[in-house]
This record gives sequence, C-alpha cells and structure tokens, in this order.
Amino acid sequence: MASSTDIVLKVEDLRVQFHGDGPVSRAVDGVDFEIRNGETVCIVGESGCGKTVTALAVMGLLPQPPARIAGGRILFGGESLLEMPSSGLRALRGKRMAMVFQEPMTSLNPVFTIGDQISEAILVHEAVTTADARRRTIQLLEDVGITDPGKRIDDYPHQLSGGQRQRAMIAMALACGPELMIADEPTTALDVTVQAQILQLLKRLQQHSRMAIQYITHDLGVVATIADRVYVMYAGMIFEQGTTGHIFNNPRHPYTMALLDSLPTREKRGQRLYSIPGSVPHPAYKPSGCPFHPRCPHRRPSCVDAFPEMCDYGEGHLARCPILYGMERDSA
Amino acid sequence: MKTITTAHTPQTVLDLDLMPPSRSPWSETWRLLRKNRMAFSGLVIFAIFFIIAVAGMLLTSGRKPVLDPAQVRLQEKLRPPMSVPIPETVVSGTAPILGRYLLGTDDLGRDVFARMLQGAWVSLTVGFVAVGISVLIGIVLGGLAGYFGQRAIRVGHILSWSLVVAAPILALAAKPLAALLAAAGALAGWAFYAWRRRRRGEPTPVLLRWLSWTAIGVDDLVMRAVDIMLCFPSFFLILTVVALLPPSLYTIMIVIGLTSWMGTTRLVRAEFLSLREQDFVAAARALGLSDLHIIFRHIMPNALAPVLVSATLGIASAMLTEAGLSFLGFGVPPPHATWGNILSDGKDFIFDAPWLTFAPGIVILIVLLAFNLFGEGLRDILNPKLRERN
Repeated sequence: MASSTDIVLKVEDLRVQFHGDGPVSRAVDGVDFEIRNGETVCIVGESGCGKTVTALAVMGLLPQPPARIAGGRILFGGESLLEMPSSGLRALRGKRMAMVFQEPMTSLNPVFTIGDQISEAILVHEAVTTADARRRTIQLLEDVGITDPGKRIDDYPHQLSGGQRQRAMIAMALACGPELMIADEPTTALDVTVQAQILQLLKRLQQHSRMAIQYITHDLGVVATIADRVYVMYAGMIFEQGTTGHIFNNPRHPYTMALLDSLPTREKRGQRLYSIPGSVPHPAYKPSGCPFHPRCPHRRPSCVDAFPEMCDYGEGHLARCPILYGMERDSA
Repeated sequence: MKTITTAHTPQTVLDLDLMPPSRSPWSETWRLLRKNRMAFSGLVIFAIFFIIAVAGMLLTSGRKPVLDPAQVRLQEKLRPPMSVPIPETVVSGTAPILGRYLLGTDDLGRDVFARMLQGAWVSLTVGFVAVGISVLIGIVLGGLAGYFGQRAIRVGHILSWSLVVAAPILALAAKPLAALLAAAGALAGWAFYAWRRRRRGEPTPVLLRWLSWTAIGVDDLVMRAVDIMLCFPSFFLILTVVALLPPSLYTIMIVIGLTSWMGTTRLVRAEFLSLREQDFVAAARALGLSDLHIIFRHIMPNALAPVLVSATLGIASAMLTEAGLSFLGFGVPPPHATWGNILSDGKDFIFDAPWLTFAPGIVILIVLLAFNLFGEGLRDILNPKLRERN
C-alpha cells in the first residue's frame, strides 16, 4: 500500500447538485476516490452516471449556477480545492493539473495555430520568452508523435486529422508537466486504430514522468488496456473499486458483472449479446434504497429500502452490494 | 480487447510535398474576396479613396498648402470644371497649382477640388473614428454581456462600486469629509468580500443578507441599455447633442460613435452566447486562463466576422451622418470643408453651378456604394453558408 504522501488527488464524499426548474438533480452523490503518483485510474460507467461532472468538479470548471457543490472535499496535493480562491485554482489549472477533452474537433480554437495554443499554455504559467515557448512546443509536438513538428506547429486545427488534434490537445495538457492529467473520454471520437495509438502514447508519456492519469471512459476495452485501478460509477456513486485484475477477473457487484457480460467475446460468438435492461436513472428521480435495484438480477426485497454500504473484499477491492457480500461470506 | 493492445504501429512516412498548401483564415478570405467581383471593386475604390484622403490631408494642410481650400478669389467665382484661370484677374501666387480648376470654383472662388480633398480626409476620419468608438464599446459590452450573462450584479456590488466611484468625485469637488467617508465605505466593502471569500460555504449573517440580493443580471443590464438607446431616433439625438456642445470635428466623431454601438453589442453578444458553450472555451479554462483573457483573446477573434461586416457598413453610415449634419449646418464648422457643407453651400447655385452639388454628391454616392458592396461581399465571404457554390 502506498503511503499517503503519494496521493495526488483525494476526493471525499463529493456531492454535486444541479438546481433548475423542478426537483434537484443529484448528479454526483457521495463519491470517494484517490489517485496516486504515476498511476492510471479509470472511472467507468454508462452515459449520464456523473463521470464527467466529477472530473469538472475536480478541475473547478463546473458552471455555478446551475451546478452547486453540496458537500465533500477535493484534496489536490494536500490542498483543499473547494476552499481555494478562484485565482489560486486558476494558477493550478494547466500547470499542476490538466484536462484532455472528448472532442478534439471542437476543443481547439479554430482561429489560432496549434503552436500558438500550446505555447500559450506555457506562457500563461511560466516566465519564459516566446522563443523558448516555441522551442518547447516543438519538442512537445514531437513527444506526442506528430511528424515534422517544425512545420506542423504553424498549422491551424482544421488542417489536422482527428488523431493529430487529440495529440495536440495532449501536448497542450502536458505543456507545464502536470502532476495529474484528467482525460475525459479522449478516444471516444476517434477510430479504433487511432485510439490504440493514443492509448499507447499516454502509457509511454506516463513512463517518462510520474504523472497520474484519471481516465474517464465507458469503454471497458480501453480500461483493460491502460488502467492500474478502476472505479465503477453508477447513478453518481462509486459501486465498485479495485485493481484492473479485481474488476475484470473477480467482479463483486452485479452492475460490474452486467457490464462485463455486455462485452462481446469469442466464446459468445453467434449468441445474442447481453444488455442490461432499463436505463440509468435520471439524477433527479433516483430509486430508493440501492439505485441499481430496478435493473439488478440479484434483487432482494430489502434492496428497495436499504441503502447499500461499501463492502471490503481486501486488497483495496470494495463493492457496494451487501447481498453478494453476504452470500460470499456464507459460502466461505 | 486484444485488438487495441497491439504493439507499436510503424509510423507512416508522409510526403509533405503532396499536402495541400497551408492557408491561414486570412489568406483564404483574401482568395475568396478576389473571386467576388463586386466586393473586390468596392475594396479597390475604398483603397483609392483612402490614398486620396491621406494625400488630400497632406496637400491641403500646413501653413502654405499645395492646394489651398481656403484661398478666396472673388474674381474667379463659379468657374466651371476644367476651366483655366484668367491671368489678368488672378492675384499672383493664388493660381491653382495644376493650372486648372479641376472641379471648378464656388461662389467665393475657392477651388472645389481642393475643398473636396480636404473633405475626403474629414469623411475618412469621421467614418473610422466614429466606427472605432462604437465597435470598441460594442465589443466590450457585448462580450461582457454574452460571457457573464448569467452572473448577477448584487446589491453589494452596486453599493461598493458607487462608493468607489463617489470617493474621487467627492474629493475633486473639494468635500474631503464626504470623500473620506465614501473611501472608508468602499474599503469596508472590500474587507467584507475578502472575509466572505475566505469563508466560502458558511451562511451569511442574517443582517448582511440583503447585500447579496440580486439587483440585475449582467446581460439584462447591458441589453436593456441597448434597448433604451435604440428608442432614441439617433439622428435627432445627435442633432441635439451637437447643438449643445461646441461644434468641432471631434465632437461629431465622438457623438456619432456614442450613438451607434448598439448593433455591434447585439451582434457580439449573440456570437458569445453560442461560442461560450464551445469546447475550446472549456479547454482554455482548463489551461488556467483568466476570464478576460478568454473573452478578448480566445472568443473575440471567433466573433469578429459579423462585427467586421457591420463596421464596414457602419463606416458608410457614419460618413453619411456627418455629411447630413454638415449639410444642415450642425457639422464641422466652416471654413473647414466637408462634403456635406460643400453640398450645402452649392445648393443655392444648383442651376448656375451644378458642379458644386454634383461633385460632392457623386463622390458620396460612389464611396458609400463601394463600402456597402465591400461590406456585403465580406459578409458573404465570412459566412460559409452564404458562400456561392461553384
């Protein structure tokens, strides 16, 4: 177990609500997780389960209002981000923590060259000359695997392919050598071969620095490729957490099991693919008790009322299902 | 799952000579402008007008100008265009430098060509400075309204800012005690905000809760100001203001600028409303850029296309407004020549000396037409949806 000084990011009982017309949406409803130096942590879950809102809350990028952080703490390198004034947060963003967005097509400003945008990230946070920033930008572009960076630096975003743009976005995130990079589904908009290249790139970059990566995705294939540890999110809560091995070989929560069952594999060839019945509950209309109970194959009458607590399986493997935990203990 | 854990893929060798040539947005705009014949001719006429206006300013100013627009030759009055001065009647040293009155002379024997040149510079500066002022106001207000639209201005904000503004004003008005009180109040407000900032999340004391009541939204404040300004018939507003202020070229420019910023504000705000939701704005915020940096350096260049178009058309309308004011006698005071007052002076002699009205009239027509053609062409070019497919 790593010591507490290793922890880059620690989120405790984070709650984010959206206030609009009608009932309050509890998009993130008590999330705990931590990320250590040099570690890749995946947050997995279906669309609408609060993954992106969690990431935006960490970056301090939630639009407030309508969003409101209703409780919890976010500790980055020991400092509490929620109590930090906005100027301090701004100095942190881009320098010590950076974010890569889902859509490389729209995340770059169309009227500036990529070189301008990457060197801006350097110039904002560090006292360097424009020439130095440009030199570093070329180096960054080379690091992220863009061919002929000396020429590409003066290209506008529309001249680059999707994969190249995402590489440019990653270069921008890396510009000041952040301790934490939050990647919000960075490969979802890319095709599979480019996706594999980007994942490889992230792994390679991580080997060179001690950067931690919080990787948000709904693609379990990606998780298996890059994650050290996995958090499975559902309805604004963590449902299961553990190492990649725990989650894939020994899932302890019905939701995780259902997710894995939905994957196509060679053995299931020719059969009808499993899909979880129903859909993710609306954040303003969550079921009572266990939020997953309407869709759960292991449902008991008690699930309707009792809120499930985290059950510890040891070695950092936790799951939010007392029913399966009880069955496991009885059989042991 | 296995497919994406492949080993290192070999890099494709790119032959960069085969790539299409790199084009910046500006060079692309220039290329399309060259193809649009009307807009391009508008630009050419504008360029010629610009050169003539600058040359006119240089030639007609100074202690002994090359072409003196104020030189009165009473014996040579109302000579038609292209006429040669009569050597016997012209006082030595006052003959036109070109040996002819290119556009004739007016009722005081002044060279109309020289006066037109002087007027060109007036029109140019009025057009550009007035539009510059209105675009500047429009961009700042529209940008703030569009970006901060949902933020509320609270009672506390208004109170502390009015105290901050009041303190120096009272100090200037030689009321030291009141100024000191205002400054102390502003300082107390600042201290209160700093204190609240450190204790975020804690409830405000009940007695101070009225300070955070919402007075008005930023967007509401700006857009209602626009609505109010638009209610005035602007030409008459300008007439009133000009009548009250001392007449000068600068008053005209500033007043025209201050009464024509509403359109730009609305355009910029509308652009900002859609641009601020774009991912690149979120990406810029994730880089730790400040709000003002994002507004003016990242969003503004994306919002400038429609502003550029309306500014081009605005220059034409500002020039027309100035000509109209001068025609009515409220504009630039004589003896300084502008196209409007040449036209106005000439209207009394329209049958005897039609060139006095036709020269400024036709020039105004041509220049405004050129600006409007260029502006409309620019709008088609900068908006891909209006671009002709061919």
